[in-house]
Amino acid sequence: MNVLMFGWEFPPHISGGLGTACYGLTRALMKTGTGIIFVVPRLFGDEESEQIRLVNASDITVDIRDEVYKSHWDKISYLEIDSTLLPYATDDEYYRIVEQLESGKSLEQLSLHSRKFNFAGGYGKNLMEEVRRYAIVASAIAQQHKFDVIHAHDWLTYLAGIEASKASGKPLVVHMHATEFDRSGENINQDVYQIEKTGMEAADVVIAVSNLTRNVVINRYGIRPEKVITVHNGVEPQKEQSKLMPQKQINDRIVTFLGRITYQKGPEYFIEAAYKVMQKVPDVRFVMAGSGDLLPRMIRRVAALGMATRFHFTGFLKGDDVDRMFGISDVYVMPSVSEPFGISPLEAMRSNVPVIISRQSGVAEVLNHALKVDYWDVNAMADAIYGLLHYPALPSMFRSHGKAEVELIKWDQAGTKVKNIYQQVVHAHTQTTSK
Amino acid sequence: MKSICLYFQVHQPFRLATYRFFDMGTDHPYFDGYSNRFIMQQVAEKCYLPANNILLGLIGKFGKDFRVSFSLSGLAIEQFERYAPEVLESFQKLAATGSVEFLAETWAHSLASLKSRGEFREQVRIHEKKMKELFGKKPVTFRNTELIYSNEIGELVSELGYKTMLTEGAKHILGWKSPNLMYCSASNPKLKLLLKNFRLSDDIAFRFSDRTWSEWPLTADKFTQWITKTDARDEVVNLFMDYETFGEHQWAETGIFEFLKVFPGLVFKSGNMNFKTPSQLSADLQPAAPLNVPYPISWADEERDLTAWLGNEMQDEAFRSLYQLESKVKKTKDADLIKRWRYLQASDHFYYMCTKWFSDGDVHKYFNPYSSPYDAFINYMNVLSDLGIRVESQQKQGLRKRTAKTTAKA
Repeated sequence: MNVLMFGWEFPPHISGGLGTACYGLTRALMKTGTGIIFVVPRLFGDEESEQIRLVNASDITVDIRDEVYKSHWDKISYLEIDSTLLPYATDDEYYRIVEQLESGKSLEQLSLHSRKFNFAGGYGKNLMEEVRRYAIVASAIAQQHKFDVIHAHDWLTYLAGIEASKASGKPLVVHMHATEFDRSGENINQDVYQIEKTGMEAADVVIAVSNLTRNVVINRYGIRPEKVITVHNGVEPQKEQSKLMPQKQINDRIVTFLGRITYQKGPEYFIEAAYKVMQKVPDVRFVMAGSGDLLPRMIRRVAALGMATRFHFTGFLKGDDVDRMFGISDVYVMPSVSEPFGISPLEAMRSNVPVIISRQSGVAEVLNHALKVDYWDVNAMADAIYGLLHYPALPSMFRSHGKAEVELIKWDQAGTKVKNIYQQVVHAHTQTTSK
Repeated sequence: MKSICLYFQVHQPFRLATYRFFDMGTDHPYFDGYSNRFIMQQVAEKCYLPANNILLGLIGKFGKDFRVSFSLSGLAIEQFERYAPEVLESFQKLAATGSVEFLAETWAHSLASLKSRGEFREQVRIHEKKMKELFGKKPVTFRNTELIYSNEIGELVSELGYKTMLTEGAKHILGWKSPNLMYCSASNPKLKLLLKNFRLSDDIAFRFSDRTWSEWPLTADKFTQWITKTDARDEVVNLFMDYETFGEHQWAETGIFEFLKVFPGLVFKSGNMNFKTPSQLSADLQPAAPLNVPYPISWADEERDLTAWLGNEMQDEAFRSLYQLESKVKKTKDADLIKRWRYLQASDHFYYMCTKWFSDGDVHKYFNPYSSPYDAFINYMNVLSDLGIRVESQQKQGLRKRTAKTTAKA
């Protein structure tokens, strides 16, 4: 079984869970003997690819006069990006060809017909353009490689998946790691929503990372339930723990929020719960680690509640700093309003930190040894924090069972499930095409 | 002549209200009055009243040949008094027939036998007194919470004057021995033991409506046949179960009430079987052998041990903290505080904290108001912490009063 897979990022160049998930899944699929050609918009050269064949979309030459691409070109010139859509902006890059298009030149007038696109990668301002260009390149890639099935991760790659499927006649699997509703609440970007819907409608099978996401796919996008299959994410086995774990320098207990400070992650509920706990507990500190568009508002709220001496903001944490943060935390809270899966509580549990997770998260479906609360139930959240800090049996239970539970949530299970899905769609596909 | 001993357990706990840490020190109620009332009235209507009616009818029909026995936890009785007095009246009617034996147990459906001899004795005495008051007779047979029994508990029960006790016919204790005989305690041979035949009891209590069971549907006819076919040397088949089996665990639609109505008639028709109460059996039968039970057994789960209530860190911490309060609570002599402390002893609270069932949770989820054992633990500990605070402040007040008195005298 060979799969042509379209991703948007690959470790170490990741800004969210998508790259990590793709990495874990591809590794597990390799173990099942599945061949993978993994396409990303841009390769940096230091990706942890091992035996996976990584294809750099920026290296692909396409003839832009081809009629197949015309529909995409037409749209590139007028698609606007909602700037709130992607709060974690990276460096913007502008492309000569787009400028020329925007300045009114037609494709035919462009001097180069055969060209390569230099993708920025990441999530810049020209994201929607890159998504369209990616689709163009995908079609070319599909003609250059041999494979049985196409697998596209998240909306950014759906158009690429569709074009590759059209060009090759191979079945398409799309993977929902997050929906537009998870990212934006009710104020969704219609263009993104439309791409998601089109991708899922075109797909033979839609993989959802949780039952929560599966329900959204069915109810909000109107996708037929029969073709939506839940495959829970796994978690990578822990790397060698760094020997220099910091010792906590203060006696106070630490309760941590770690994630993007955006609507989706529910930071304000963490603050309200913290306030309630602080009324009763003198020796506790709260940490909000991460950055995002809601950060200024959160800082103002903490100040207004008069608890800034015991509530700390760290800004964005990366790599070892994340491990260090877990190392000094007594409680980890993930109050997400909407979390399709949510891998960070698993990382916390692996570091023996007890976790409180929102019931509105996919990971709540696979965890027993975690406290679960509705994200809006600030009282329950506060109570869970208090319980973990005051009743020693609780952290003790989590230490003895939590870590073991996480070790059982493996990518291998996800890999096997996805491989079965490939076999199923390839089988169905050959049957319909042979008729 | 083979006897059938029907014994039904009647119990409802006082379920806790959602109790947050910031409710401590306020007047927030410990117990969820609304759901306790609602559940009690619902179970009364679906189970206790119709089942009692059927039994009354059967006694009317077969006279003193038909016998049953009950044990009512003190917490159930208190809730009958508050929320469904008509149920108590109907139990009194059953008692008046003379065909029904009421057993003694701990007032609070507690696990006190495992922790505090003093508290255990007190609860049994309270229960005895209430039984006498309600049904006119002091109980002579004892049944411990969850049928928990060990040599040590046997001694304790014997010291309280009981001649007979009910427990589980646990396989790991019986080995090749039949549960269908009278046994006695190895540590105190004067105490006779009646053992639950768990296969036949659970055929009714758990499997009756299970359509995946090869014997479904279970007819009274078939069931009577099975009892007839037990070993010829067997003396008694002990069918022990929750009374809520009838109409609550097994809904009326499953035909459980029809089963109950028809079964005694079929037993009599067989010609060589009768119904006896535990005290009758105690008078009739001699022990076949002593039973050595060094570690406590119970009627729960495959293991038939204590792990449904005790064993994980949360259960153990809660249990320890609960009984740590004993002497302090009692010293306050505050009836309300003592009552609340007793309500918190119900085994149900510890059962909600069990983590054994993460893999096969269905049976247990049904009886569990919490979505996770962790939630159950936090809520319980919050309540218990508040009780601790109240007890402390009572003590301080008492101390202050006493010092005030002595100073006045001086």
